[in-house]
Amino acid sequence: MAKKQKNNLKFDTDWQYDPAPESPELAKLNDSYDLFIDGKFVKPTGGKYFDTTSPSSHKTLAKVAEADKRDVAKAVTAARKAYEGTWSRLRPSERGKYLFRIARVIQERSRELAVTESLDGGKPIRESRDIDLPLVASHFFYHAGWADKLSYAFAGRKVSPLGVAGQIIPWNFPLLMAAWKIAPALATGNTVVIKPAESTPLTSLKLAEIIQEADLPPGVVNIVTGAGSTGEAIVRHPDVDKIAFTGSTEVGKLIRKTLAGTDKRLTLELGGKAANIVFEDAALDQAVEGIVNGIFFNQGHVCCAGSRLLVQESIAETLVRKLKDRMGTLVVGDPLDKNTDIGAINSKEQLKKIQGYLKVGQREGAEIFQTSCSLPKRGNWCPPTLFLNASQSHRISQEEIFGPVLAVQTFRTVDEAIDKANNTPFGLSGGVWTDKGAKAFHVSERIKAGVVWTNTFNKFDPASPFGGYKESGFGREGGRHGLEAYLNVIEAGGNR
Amino acid sequence: MSLSATLANSPPIDSVGVAERVARFTTRSIKKSSKMEALKLALSMIDLTTLEGKDTEDRVRRLCYKARHLHVDLPELPTVAAVCVYPTMVKVAREELKDCGVQVAAVATSFPSGQDDLSLRIRQTKGAVRDGAQEIDMVISRGRFLAGDYQYVSDEIVAVKEACGEAHLKVILETGELQTLENVRKASDIAIDAGADFIKTSTGKVQPAATMEVTLVMLEAIRDHFQETGKIVGMKPAGGISNSKIAIRYLVMLRETLGNRWLTPDLFRFGASSLANDLLMQIVKQSSGVYQSSNYFSLD
Amino acid sequence: MSRNTSDKRLMVAKTYKLYIGGKFPRTESGRTFEARSPSGELLANLCRASRKDLREAVVVARKAFSDWSSRSGYNRGQILYRIAEMMEGRAEQMVNEICSQGVPATKSRKEVETAIERFVHYAGWADKYAQVHSSVNPVTSSHFNFSVPEAMGIVGIVAPNEPSILGLSTLLAPALAGGNVTIALVSETHPLAPATFAEILHSSDVPSGVVNILTGFRKELLHDLSTHMDVNAILAADLSPKERKLTEENSALNLKRVVHLPSKAVSATNHPGLSPILSLQETKTTWHPIGT
Repeated sequence: MAKKQKNNLKFDTDWQYDPAPESPELAKLNDSYDLFIDGKFVKPTGGKYFDTTSPSSHKTLAKVAEADKRDVAKAVTAARKAYEGTWSRLRPSERGKYLFRIARVIQERSRELAVTESLDGGKPIRESRDIDLPLVASHFFYHAGWADKLSYAFAGRKVSPLGVAGQIIPWNFPLLMAAWKIAPALATGNTVVIKPAESTPLTSLKLAEIIQEADLPPGVVNIVTGAGSTGEAIVRHPDVDKIAFTGSTEVGKLIRKTLAGTDKRLTLELGGKAANIVFEDAALDQAVEGIVNGIFFNQGHVCCAGSRLLVQESIAETLVRKLKDRMGTLVVGDPLDKNTDIGAINSKEQLKKIQGYLKVGQREGAEIFQTSCSLPKRGNWCPPTLFLNASQSHRISQEEIFGPVLAVQTFRTVDEAIDKANNTPFGLSGGVWTDKGAKAFHVSERIKAGVVWTNTFNKFDPASPFGGYKESGFGREGGRHGLEAYLNVIEAGGNR
Repeated sequence: MSLSATLANSPPIDSVGVAERVARFTTRSIKKSSKMEALKLALSMIDLTTLEGKDTEDRVRRLCYKARHLHVDLPELPTVAAVCVYPTMVKVAREELKDCGVQVAAVATSFPSGQDDLSLRIRQTKGAVRDGAQEIDMVISRGRFLAGDYQYVSDEIVAVKEACGEAHLKVILETGELQTLENVRKASDIAIDAGADFIKTSTGKVQPAATMEVTLVMLEAIRDHFQETGKIVGMKPAGGISNSKIAIRYLVMLRETLGNRWLTPDLFRFGASSLANDLLMQIVKQSSGVYQSSNYFSLD
Repeated sequence: MSRNTSDKRLMVAKTYKLYIGGKFPRTESGRTFEARSPSGELLANLCRASRKDLREAVVVARKAFSDWSSRSGYNRGQILYRIAEMMEGRAEQMVNEICSQGVPATKSRKEVETAIERFVHYAGWADKYAQVHSSVNPVTSSHFNFSVPEAMGIVGIVAPNEPSILGLSTLLAPALAGGNVTIALVSETHPLAPATFAEILHSSDVPSGVVNILTGFRKELLHDLSTHMDVNAILAADLSPKERKLTEENSALNLKRVVHLPSKAVSATNHPGLSPILSLQETKTTWHPIGT
């Protein structure tokens, strides 16, 4: 920064917010959870259980069954039986009504699910309560309505379901990712075997309870908890017609290789390194809010996070100052505290990875800035961090950190911003901030990413298709486009 | 700064983005001792107001009494910041509030419309100050502003500021008539540059009065001017802040936008009338644990 | 009016009223007409709505339009689903009312169940029809050009005499899903269940004025509805050729859109699908330059 800053504001005020914790008892957790196969909770064949712990307190929350190859096989068999015997024979409107029911029960049990999500994964209760859970319910609600309307979704073409879908989901939005996978699969007439991430299985297991409550026919949804080998068993099982994976690019590539030569359909939703581009004619205070939302939301554990900031040089100093001020009001702490903005890092491993990058960035010569927020003693914590004066070739500007760390670069012209934004093997999302409409359309047209937010960021809706270009994966989830992943879409053929 | 430079620096505002930032303030959960602190702080920031055609000297006397004796049963309550009245009532208010720390504020400049010759408005201001008003709340000429005559608006504020002498000047933008947040920002920039000590949202006579969105835009204008020039300006939302819950949200917004220095009645006021009793009810509820009834809190 | 004289307890008979602006007023005209069972037994006196009632309904509907049409499709879908939930709970009552006017029990039951399914179906359209009907148009100039549907406004609904509830639901649900506000002229011959239906709407989070239910004589009300200058469209089913011609002639006054569905479209074996929604939408096309 050029000149020394004067006239600073003090956000560590005399008047502090008292802790306002949500009660963990609202989660109503069992001591242990079994696998959910064929409509019932069953013990794992190998008799093994693993612990799921809270990343903020390191306490064990529950024991969870570990599914081995035999359990996965049982689940696929149940899914196949349910598909042929029940689900594909149901009137589509009846399928829809099951999904409507599930949506309603989710709304009823929202608080319980939100507290569970924050306990198990570390995200602030404010986010799980106000963002995750409403989206979960709306995903089921939205897709419920498609079940008997598929003939309208692909004009002139016929559709039919694929059969059994194997789905593997990550730990950053556990219940929301389960909704993104299960709702469209079921609406389009498929049955499901799904594996939640091993560090965040609990909300998926509660979803199993809700599925029972909704009286969904047995075997339509099967939930098998476990780690990498469980996922591999699903991917390799010969009677699975389709694989949907959300997770790291590394594992996504492995799955792509494993499925080579098979007829299995595949969609991948992988990593990202999105750039938020802020032009000098942007509404700056609102851009700051979008930047903060883009990288500090969910501790930065977001595939579409705006983890790079490209700011036009003429306003860089002003913008960075506003950004630092705004960061000064972010509260890092107990995920169950309603005032927490940034919760716990999901696991010790992830925290180590992030801390590794903090060292890398400093070694590379970028200028690190962290707020002086207080951090709790126990648990996995990382304060919101900026790397200023980053350059395009720094590793912190290229590699996905998956934490609350923002790499800041400047640019001078529109073309330079677009080029830098696209100069990455990833292509999941991007942000464009300008008050000029024509420019917003011009730039968003040229960003090579599956989701471009203009004058906003991290907005999700079940009606809005989501997915990446390039190494961020392929296929879309949500909206009319998202249905395609779970259907055979067949041309009428013949003469016209 | 020259007026054209001020106007050129006035930034675009995205109202959807502003609404999102405001929503974050409303989800803060203020409990226990931090709630009690906030309630008392809010109480100390109130400009107890009576601005009705039917005001009488007796009405004003009773309001001043209430300002000094908020509630019989509660010891150690702060006093409100000020009493705000029409210029004809300033002498009475000054007499009643002698030596008690509560300021006397007068609305002037042909409040609320401001549709009058500048000379008359200046004379009214000087008269109120002579009678003892320590603060003057003026209104800008919204018609001129909306017609693009920003120079006029800037000049009238400069003139009234001069007429105030030692008294503090609050400039009412009447945000309900300005309609867009960009207009609110522009008017704030003009007012701050022209010498306002405080910028204020509304007269309370036009709907909508204060909203969190316009307040945020005004607080951000104050922040930007402070960081650029070191100038310190206060802020007063008026009208529509009818209960403690809303008032606390405003304090959260103030805290997270301007920080420690502005969390004082010297730099932030609530223009409200029924808010005081709701704060008192909440204070009693916080200490007793029991929900209150308005029957136990005097009207004035 | 009593149903079962062998009961020891005297039942409290229901008064049937209009539903306007979220309230249940009597007709300002004070007139009534009778609903009788096939054997001639008097079942109830219904309000014979007047043109002033209709005028009032148009006023409240207009007030309600801005809010209803600007709600998200998701929100409207949730409300339509809630209507289905409430109908499910009150199904027995409606079935009894339909039966009491001569429709066999199995047929009434099927009718009410199908009506519930219709609401579930159109609930699911509310946040999707825009996706199916909108487009980004590939114009040759450097412009972003997009077409989107927009609710027409006040839709006058003329429901068939039979099936009373299924006909009303089949017309009402798509109009509401698409963001329109409605004034419904319900069955003249079988008005009981439609009048009860108003109570179901009232407990379903439907904002006041979005649906207004008028019982009465079609001959009177159709004229007033089709000539009213502040009604934007009429959605009707099973009109006679004479009624249809009259409606279309009157519509010329302000060019209100007239959509007429044949009787089979509102039967239990047929489903009118997406068309009724789209026929009550305008299409707006917007251009915006793409450039720096």
